[in-house]
Amino acid sequence: MNPILNVKDMSMVFGGLRAVDQVNIRIDKGEIVALIGPNGAGKTTFFNCITGVYQPTEGDVFIQAPEAAESTRINGMEPHVINEKGLARTFQNIRLFSNMTVLENIMIGRHQHLKTGVIGSMFKGKKVKEEEEKCIHDSYNILKKLNLEQFSNNLAKNLPYGAQRRLEIARAMATEPFLLLLDEPAAGMNPLETRELVKTINIIRDTENITILLIEHDMSLVMSVAERIYVVDYGKLIAEGSPLEIKKNPDVIKAYLGE
Amino acid sequence: MQKINWLEELKKSTLSALWFIFLTFPIMVMKVSTMGETPETFYRWGNLVYVGIGTFFLSFVWRYMHARKEFAAKKKSTEVGIIRSTLGKPKVKKPSLTALIVFLVAFPFIFSMYQTNIMISVLIYIILGLGLNIVIGYGGLLHLGYAAFYAVGAYTYALFFHFAQDWFYSLGLQTGLMFWIAIPAAVLLSLVFGALICLPVIRLRGDYLAIVTLAFGEITRMVLQNWGDVTQGPSGISQIPRPWFFGMRVDPIFASKYIYLIALAMVIISIILIKNLENSKIGRAWEAMREDEIACQSMGVSLARSKLYSFALGAMWAGFAGVLLAAKTTFINPASFTLWESVMILCIVVLGGMGSIPGVLVGASLMMLLPEYFRAFSEYRMLIFGLVLVLMMIFKPEGIVPRVRNKYTFEEEDL
Amino acid sequence: MEYFIQLFMSGMVKGSIYALIALGYTMVYGIIQLINFAHGEIYMIGAMVALIFGATLSAAGMSTGGVLIVALIAAMVYAAAYGVTIERMAYKPLRNSPRLSALISAIGMSIFLQNYVLLSQTSNYIPYPNWVPQFAFLNDYRNILNSNQLFILMTTAVVMVFLTFIIKFTKMGKAMRATAQDKQMAQLVGINVNQVISMTFLLGSVTAALGGVLICSYMGQINYYIGFIAGIKAFVAAVLGGIGSVPGAVLGSFVLGWGESFGAGYISSDYEDAFAFIILIIILLVRPSGILGKKELKKV
Repeated sequence: MNPILNVKDMSMVFGGLRAVDQVNIRIDKGEIVALIGPNGAGKTTFFNCITGVYQPTEGDVFIQAPEAAESTRINGMEPHVINEKGLARTFQNIRLFSNMTVLENIMIGRHQHLKTGVIGSMFKGKKVKEEEEKCIHDSYNILKKLNLEQFSNNLAKNLPYGAQRRLEIARAMATEPFLLLLDEPAAGMNPLETRELVKTINIIRDTENITILLIEHDMSLVMSVAERIYVVDYGKLIAEGSPLEIKKNPDVIKAYLGE
Repeated sequence: MQKINWLEELKKSTLSALWFIFLTFPIMVMKVSTMGETPETFYRWGNLVYVGIGTFFLSFVWRYMHARKEFAAKKKSTEVGIIRSTLGKPKVKKPSLTALIVFLVAFPFIFSMYQTNIMISVLIYIILGLGLNIVIGYGGLLHLGYAAFYAVGAYTYALFFHFAQDWFYSLGLQTGLMFWIAIPAAVLLSLVFGALICLPVIRLRGDYLAIVTLAFGEITRMVLQNWGDVTQGPSGISQIPRPWFFGMRVDPIFASKYIYLIALAMVIISIILIKNLENSKIGRAWEAMREDEIACQSMGVSLARSKLYSFALGAMWAGFAGVLLAAKTTFINPASFTLWESVMILCIVVLGGMGSIPGVLVGASLMMLLPEYFRAFSEYRMLIFGLVLVLMMIFKPEGIVPRVRNKYTFEEEDL
Repeated sequence: MEYFIQLFMSGMVKGSIYALIALGYTMVYGIIQLINFAHGEIYMIGAMVALIFGATLSAAGMSTGGVLIVALIAAMVYAAAYGVTIERMAYKPLRNSPRLSALISAIGMSIFLQNYVLLSQTSNYIPYPNWVPQFAFLNDYRNILNSNQLFILMTTAVVMVFLTFIIKFTKMGKAMRATAQDKQMAQLVGINVNQVISMTFLLGSVTAALGGVLICSYMGQINYYIGFIAGIKAFVAAVLGGIGSVPGAVLGSFVLGWGESFGAGYISSDYEDAFAFIILIIILLVRPSGILGKKELKKV
């Protein structure tokens, strides 16, 4: 079984700084994997390299959809192409389209799946109207999955914080990815919201058939939701294993707490 | 508002007045004639008084406006402006819209040819403004060379006439038909031209894009001016035919009514088409792009393609406007397509409100009609334009009629 | 061969003038990321003020040497005054607004100033007297290099040295470099950012004004519109060399100056103005950061 995501010897070098250093990561279909490490370890940079925001200086990134016959090399591709291939992400600092409604934010997620061309949009024929209707329905259904449907017509910027974070996830899901990257999804959440998030992540994996890789600082989330954990420090992978193994790993403890 | 310290304010205004008297002294008060053997200097002391007193009072206004701006910024309201809220009500909207359209259609039959011609100009500028609005208001790309597309449209018709008129006569066809052929041709050509110009510059940052578009605009004008063999150079092309109308004779009076109605029809069609664009897949993509480029890319929206669309589509309208211009004035030359033309159209969009269709209507009307009715100030036209641009950006960057997007709403019953 | 040397010299002179103006564009862009469209107008106003004061004084009987000095000083003082005032009134309020707004404001300012001078003075070309000392030793070389041209080259060299000294060795220069790198940080370490920005405008305006006076003395005439064309070309030069980089502005200016000179001399003089635009487009397509510029990386 080929991995869904296969990162080989990837590095990201800025000037003299190796923000990501020879990292190897492999994720199989259906897993929930976490990437943890102290602040500044290079986790978000890693995400940016995989999603096309940065071009990795060294190494390769391969993804393979569950039904696909072979893997695709995605480093060097633009973010929207990578998204088209089946990889979606959320952002550490919420990047919602603040002045658009919640529903519209999801509708943007559906962009790749709409067939209407520009000329069609101008003349708004019957087919176009039907596609738009369907888009609105599909988007609403996605909102329902994450308990956001009551906010449909609100501007994204007016949502409570927890709902905004859920909206980020819903929007990413709308693009129909097979691999979902969550960048600190629990940041700023209280324990109740975090527990809800654990449930949500499991539901996404179970019912939507989406594999999940998340970056997180909140250990309670990581320990309760991750099946496998990678630990990075100063851009390098220092440990990999099950939550129990990682908890006891001396290198990990040293990285977080110092000597 | 807090208490005003009058002494402080008086001091500030006096200092401002003195500073501006100093600043404007050589330019506004002194005047030098170097024509003769020895230079002569004239002093216009009146100007000094005007500057002093004017600045003194205006500086109060300036500081007041700034204070108001800060105060409003803290309030952060999302209220819709007065114009939109009164006109938006369905009871008011439908009848007033119908009345307006009836009035506009009847216009050329009520008013003189001269007035009609002015209105044709307004309509042409509305079309130009709508097109540029797609680039700036929706695409968020600052375009300083829009007149180039305008020129492409006009010259398509003019050159088609210039080179093919003999062929047409030999076929027994009236040259007025060329107008109707030129329209789709011009629209297509400007679309292609727009796409070509955009392709290499898509990845450029906003400021750079602005400069490159300016450069393209200027190069276009220079080519038009210098490539005499083809474009007939600075003398331009004249006797461009008026639009064909069922074989009838089209004299100037008839033509002005005819062209007016064509332009009006186009404006109405454009508004419908563009409104459709606003609330479509690409319209949403444009808004997302303006909100957050990185996020929208990660959601599958291709920045390059979205920008290309806004550029190329925007160009189409300018092409059409160009054909209208050529038909209206029956004469075109490079002088109509300078950087100032591009800046004027920019002014219309910015003044009216970027991304706002009613804003373009208001902006174009003001820009074209005010100079007509304030003939006395025609010298000061450009001066005022420049000033207005600056003031609008500082105090009302959203424009006279700010953009308001239709938000998608979802009713449970729709399920 | 003589033709080549003539073109070389005139290219170098052009380059010098562009450099004097380009410095202003590049420094302002480096510090507030604004393309100051009105910069060309400051160049024009400096030259205009010099003409007005100079002509009046020479009519009153002052020696040409004295007139030149007073004219240059007046140009610099007034250009600085206009530059700083424009910044305070039209750009400062927009510092936190989207870049588009500031750009449009700059365009508006440019139009306003052009017409301000046009309406207050005249739309005609005004003859510009030549107060630059004429060196006798150059008489034999008049075809290759005349006194005005030499004076321009000398002045530019002096200005370069002076400016480099200010930027590298003075406290203000350090503050300018710091603010250009990170405005917020600079404020946090106690730098008065408003002052630094005003100073940047001041320096840029002063150098542009010098260029204005010298070129108008050389060409023998001035007009309210010269700021526009010179401004665009100098801007192209700044972008060519890497906008935000002072040595880049100088390098770009000379490349442009020579490019235009040789292009017009050997290819076609009709399209002389177009060369600047074509070079601009090529540079922005091939290497947008310019010859000496640094590539920017965005943070997500």
